[in-house]
Amino acid sequence: MLSRVAESVYWMSRYIERAENVARFVDVNIQLMLDAPEGQDQQWAPLVAITGDQAEFGKRYGVATESNVIQFLTFDAEYPNSILSCVRAARENARSVREIISSAMWLQLNRLYLMVNSAARESGGLNEHEDFYDEVKQSSHLFTGTTDATMTQGEAWHFSRLGRMLERADKTSRILDVKYFLLLHSAEEVGTPFDDIQWAAVLRSASAFEMYRQRHGRISPRGVVDFLMLDREFPRAVRFCLLAAGDSLDAISGTPLGTFRYAPEKLLGQLGSELSFAAVDEVIQRGLHEYLDDLQTKLNQVGQGIFEAFFALKTPQPGKKSPHAAAQ
Amino acid sequence: MNFANYEVGSFYDEFLTETKVARPGAANLMQSIESLPPGEFARRQAAAERVLMQMGITFNVYGEQAGVEKIFPFDIVPRIVSAAEWFRLEKGLKQRIHALNLFIDDVYHDQKILNDGVVPREIILSAKSYRKQCIGWKPPLGIWCHITGTDLVRHSDGQIYVLEDNLRCPSGVSYVMQNRQVMKSLFPKDFAASKVRSVQVYPLKLRDMLEYLAPDHTAQPRVVLLTPGIYNSAYFEHSFLAQQMGVELVEGRDLVVEDRQVLMRTTKGFERVDVIYRRIDDDFLDPKCFRADSMLGVPGLMESYKAGNVALANAPGTGVADDKVVYAYVPRIVKYYLGEDIIVPNVLTYICAEEKDLRYTLENLDKLVVKAANESGGYGMLVGPHSTKEQRAGFAEKVKADPRNYIAQPTLALSRVPTICAGHLEGRHVDLRPYILYGKEIFVLPGGLTRVALKQGSLVVNSSQGGGSKDTWVLADSRSIERECANGDARQTQTMNGGPPGCSAA
Repeated sequence: MLSRVAESVYWMSRYIERAENVARFVDVNIQLMLDAPEGQDQQWAPLVAITGDQAEFGKRYGVATESNVIQFLTFDAEYPNSILSCVRAARENARSVREIISSAMWLQLNRLYLMVNSAARESGGLNEHEDFYDEVKQSSHLFTGTTDATMTQGEAWHFSRLGRMLERADKTSRILDVKYFLLLHSAEEVGTPFDDIQWAAVLRSASAFEMYRQRHGRISPRGVVDFLMLDREFPRAVRFCLLAAGDSLDAISGTPLGTFRYAPEKLLGQLGSELSFAAVDEVIQRGLHEYLDDLQTKLNQVGQGIFEAFFALKTPQPGKKSPHAAAQ
Repeated sequence: MNFANYEVGSFYDEFLTETKVARPGAANLMQSIESLPPGEFARRQAAAERVLMQMGITFNVYGEQAGVEKIFPFDIVPRIVSAAEWFRLEKGLKQRIHALNLFIDDVYHDQKILNDGVVPREIILSAKSYRKQCIGWKPPLGIWCHITGTDLVRHSDGQIYVLEDNLRCPSGVSYVMQNRQVMKSLFPKDFAASKVRSVQVYPLKLRDMLEYLAPDHTAQPRVVLLTPGIYNSAYFEHSFLAQQMGVELVEGRDLVVEDRQVLMRTTKGFERVDVIYRRIDDDFLDPKCFRADSMLGVPGLMESYKAGNVALANAPGTGVADDKVVYAYVPRIVKYYLGEDIIVPNVLTYICAEEKDLRYTLENLDKLVVKAANESGGYGMLVGPHSTKEQRAGFAEKVKADPRNYIAQPTLALSRVPTICAGHLEGRHVDLRPYILYGKEIFVLPGGLTRVALKQGSLVVNSSQGGGSKDTWVLADSRSIERECANGDARQTQTMNGGPPGCSAA
């Protein structure tokens, strides 16, 4: 398939997944703040910190408050990772590959776009937030389900899954990071009932609460990290995402399991193995934040590698036959 | 909704005669509209608009913020064309395209028609769309204009005229197909009762035609559709046609030329391209040959084309026959090459390059429609009866400064079709654009885009200026039904044997 088309399908899915996860970030923070003990300050700055875009936020908004952080992450058209911008970008990408995706996928994405746009025009009241974030999450699930149910599971579908899984791995790791930032400010509360409430909120924001209960029962920081990072079967766990992404990457390149042809396959394979053989205590010992930071850097390298291997095909040099330039 | 208070006025109405008797093809539908419960017709109109919005069938508006999309307004009362009338139109359109193709080929080779003084040499040499680069080129199979959309109008005398030839990248055929889709879901019974001819065959015919152009040495030609990208006003159509044909939709940056062979970048390396249906103007096709600043095109494309390694539809240079001044000569062009009288006539046209016509035009600006030779979309145009004195004075200066660039035509009283306006039916002016494909044979799609001027009294049907569209029902007679059944059977057999021709290329 065309490199440009592959890239658009990949980003279409990534942006939808990103919009969904930003909705999750905001949602978890709203939940945490609602549960916070009386007298504790509202903490919104950490939410900006985990996006990695503090500088941009500071320049435009100054001090973080509930309303300006929500505005920034949800409806700010100039911030490229706001929900509004992500949905728009996803739709632009989908428009450029409308002939590749199913019309059901397009309809679903277009509906989400119209919904977010009209919410952006009417935004103001904080009361309806919960509904809105729920709707974004639902729409994203519908899009993913429609994709799996209506699109031929060939190369384009694998690029879509690859984009979604890499994005989800990155964002689940960032959801864990929210908690880290909050803990920095309330170290004395570790192990208190409030701490449990916070961890439960983290699980809920990854739609992981019930599944966690089945696996680990009691809520403990160790259990939550183990589940969201290292679980092999939970579809939002980082390890699950990386294995699925690796699977799709192998399907795209046509290499057998455990071998590689392109640089990103190697990187992703290594990263998946690392998580497969990691023990949660080692992760915590190394420092959760440091571990997540390192993981996010490596995921960025995988993304860059995919770009170079599949999307940015070099123009053949005049006179020199390209090995791929055969008749179809 | 009923026709009791409907006014035919002093115009030709496509549904009713002056004495308000239903025309033969329209009687069925009118009866069906009148028998609907109150409110039902308006409800269906709203349903149609909702479907179009959700499907994202939109176009981009130039001059507004990049990427602003609107739906092309759609009215659910169709335009109806009788079988007998269509038979004559089809014959006339085939004749016109046949002659125009011979004309373009002549202009870029022997120039006999210029030497014989039938068309003035300076008109051709000064045409903006005349391409010196194309002199001596041989397009595959000698065909230049593969895809044409000819604008037709009916005057109050009841006669249908050709208003414009669109031989470059005519758009709108996707609306023909989408409008039909919507109408079929809203009026299923009326289709059967009225015997409306199908338009579904277009993408298949288009693909067959494009594959026919492929260089001889390829067994399974690779066809692509080249688009300027998602900000182009017709992007929806580009992606729709690519999807319906089952071909790749490419942008200039997807293609490279190596060893005079066009290749496209894929995730598995470079792959050869044999036929390009390009929806980019000549000027932007190849910065090495035409405009050097083009970011949309493919450097080296023309070399590959000249070497016979890739086919382009339409052929570069085709636009020379699209010039509005050249248009005025088409009846003479038909006579010159085919020795026949023109079947569907031109609108009476004054050529400002000619002394006498120029004088007449300047003296009668308030009665005439004056058009610039190379503008489209309703721009660069003066509609005399609807203009102010200042506008006329301004336009007169432009015409005097460059007479070659202008023609004038009497203001036509375009025919009208009943249209929903604020809950009831009123007559609105329409034109009709049928689509013609020229490959192994000339094919005219039985249907077309009926554009409607939604503003009361307006004659401008362009979507950029407040126009909308309607479905066009070309009715079948016993002969056309027989033909279509025969075609349908042939297709079905092919499908059962493993898909339409060419679809097996993975």
